[in-house]
Amino acid sequence: MSSEIYASPDHEAFRAAVRRFVEDELAPRAREFDANGKIDKSLYRKMGELGMLGIRYDPRWGGAGLDWSYTTVMFEELARADNAGVTMGISVHTDMATPSLHQFGSDELRERWLVPAIKGELVSAIGVTEPDAGSDVAGIKTRAVRDGDDWVINGSKIYITNAATADFICLLAVTDPSAGYGGFSQIIVPTDAKGFSYQLLDKIGNRGSDTGLLFFEDVRVPVTNTIGDVGRGFQQQMMQFQDERLVACVSSNAASLALWEKTRTWCHERKLFGKTLAKMQVTQFKMVELMARLTADRELVHACVRKRMRNEDATLEISMAKLLVGRTCRVVADECIQLHGGFGYMTESAAGRAFVDSRLISIGGGADEVMIQYMAKMLGF
Amino acid sequence: MKILVPIKRVPDPQTNISVKGDGTGIVTDNVKFVINPFCEIALEEALRIKEQQGGAEVVLVSIGQKVAQEQLRTGLAMGADRAILVLSDDELDAATTAALLAKLVDQEKPELVLAGKQAIDDDANQTGQILASMLDWPQATFASKVEFSGDKKDVTVTREVDGGLETVAFTLPGVITTDLRLNEPRYASLPGIMKARKKELKEIPLAELGVDAKPRVKTHKVSPPPKRAAGRKVETVQELVNLLHTEAKLI
Ligand SMILES: Cc1cc2nc3c(=O)[nH]c(=O)nc-3n(C[C@H](O)[C@H](O)[C@H](O)COP(=O)(O)OP(=O)(O)OC[C@H]3O[C@@H](n4cnc5c(N)ncnc54)[C@H](O)[C@@H]3O)c2cc1C
Repeated sequence: MSSEIYASPDHEAFRAAVRRFVEDELAPRAREFDANGKIDKSLYRKMGELGMLGIRYDPRWGGAGLDWSYTTVMFEELARADNAGVTMGISVHTDMATPSLHQFGSDELRERWLVPAIKGELVSAIGVTEPDAGSDVAGIKTRAVRDGDDWVINGSKIYITNAATADFICLLAVTDPSAGYGGFSQIIVPTDAKGFSYQLLDKIGNRGSDTGLLFFEDVRVPVTNTIGDVGRGFQQQMMQFQDERLVACVSSNAASLALWEKTRTWCHERKLFGKTLAKMQVTQFKMVELMARLTADRELVHACVRKRMRNEDATLEISMAKLLVGRTCRVVADECIQLHGGFGYMTESAAGRAFVDSRLISIGGGADEVMIQYMAKMLGF
Repeated sequence: MKILVPIKRVPDPQTNISVKGDGTGIVTDNVKFVINPFCEIALEEALRIKEQQGGAEVVLVSIGQKVAQEQLRTGLAMGADRAILVLSDDELDAATTAALLAKLVDQEKPELVLAGKQAIDDDANQTGQILASMLDWPQATFASKVEFSGDKKDVTVTREVDGGLETVAFTLPGVITTDLRLNEPRYASLPGIMKARKKELKEIPLAELGVDAKPRVKTHKVSPPPKRAAGRKVETVQELVNLLHTEAKLI
């Protein structure tokens, strides 16, 4: 098995710290976060103190300078928070909205935004998807027009995680409509900027995260808020997507494994027709099949992690992992609901929640069809 | 100020413990080990003292097998400055542990030894007390509050005793053992874990300390607590009262 990627005592110590944080601060309040539609923002500071928000980032900015194996430990443990939305909100901050800033941002920009983000003093969001362009990222319309030393931004973004919580957005905008793939830029937009507003959206799952529609009306930010070079936004965003997808794979697979374990416990406890559900052979067949798939997925995810630990490109493997993990999670949730019977259909049941939560994986961060198209190219079609 | 904090490696209180078939001890395979919770509270208190006083050296000591390095590393990750591991493959009784600690106190010259009131594995609750008497130092056990005087020379300790609280005070050096409600230990953070890699962890073979480690206490048998028998349903209150008289002999 591939668990040797995180077998060191340091990994164990970090796992224990995250587990305690999850057990003390997140899991007991899981349904409260669902009811509020978001996490208690003050918890980000605690995560910052524990070093959870800058695992792979340079110690120069307050990061730990570690590799993907530690990120894997963290997101495996966060699966125990029993709240997919909360995990997603955290992962957007750590691995979807800040990697570009870390890799390409100017020192001033990193000092101003990344350092407090790693401390948990500021929370971030990633603004790519628009009402008229999701899968087709290059079709976005949000426009940043240069006016002296400022960008003036107009447009809207949709389905944006951390919409209400975020202090700043890593925004992908068109800066030169005539330049094709060289016409986009990533720009940091503070959410207290004049002309910015948002509206929350109601989702079927991942209820513990705040997803919203963002509006930009003549929002002015300095041109120095551009992450990296003007015109490199599309390429930088494509790189940022790699981390986003791998984190989604790690946390979804871990959440699914946790659900499998809960379901096994349930099967051992639930009595019907004079025996437990676990004693029925059909249950055992189902559960074993599910575990075989979950284990295969986990090994593939760990293969991706190992590549990323060596800083190798893993685009193909991560795309494959996302495709398979997304599908497995749905099958697992579906079978687990069935084993729970009526209780499985209640929102109180982890299986019921997983049923709607897991549906997101095949859509967010690139729909399955889009991933398959990329892979087809990579595989010689 | 220098504070010596002894910590013991014990099975995780959250795990299910099973007794070996021959009754010589518990099964340790696949059991997770942690810092004894009372020792962790002692370490937390030492770290708080260090923070409040704007400086102090916190030195960890563990006595046991090489694997106890793990618990010392966790303690260093929480914020202790350095660690000493006295290597011993044998189970030691409280008097031997105290004698070894007394030797280390001679070498390290701390002003304060902050220990847990007991280890959750053998529940002996003696090491701190024996150590204090060997050193001829004052002791305050079962601390639920620890306060220093302005000049940091005296310490006032609130103790949890049967039916109330007792306050004692002494002039340093001394021994304090901690109770459950003294504080809530912090987590080891990732930056702390990284820093701990570079901190000193010195190993000393037990023989080097010149202490007679021959056990004075021998464990004859370890047995699990009896399984709770199943309850019984009664039909009437009268029947219950009768059974409480005749069977349970409670009234
Ligand atoms: C809960 C949630 C959180 C999100 N968080 C964020 C966020 O924080 N930031 C952000 O920018 N976005 C976020 N998104 C948006 C997400 O990334 C997009 O929804 C996703 O990329 C799909 O885009 P779309 O919704 O516009 O669907 P469309 O692009 O309209 O696609 C619709 C469907 O068409 C099919 N399809 C698409 N392309 C192809 C193709 N080439 N060939 C065949 N079929 C195709 C697929 O089945 C796809 O599902 C979030 C979405 C959700 C639901």
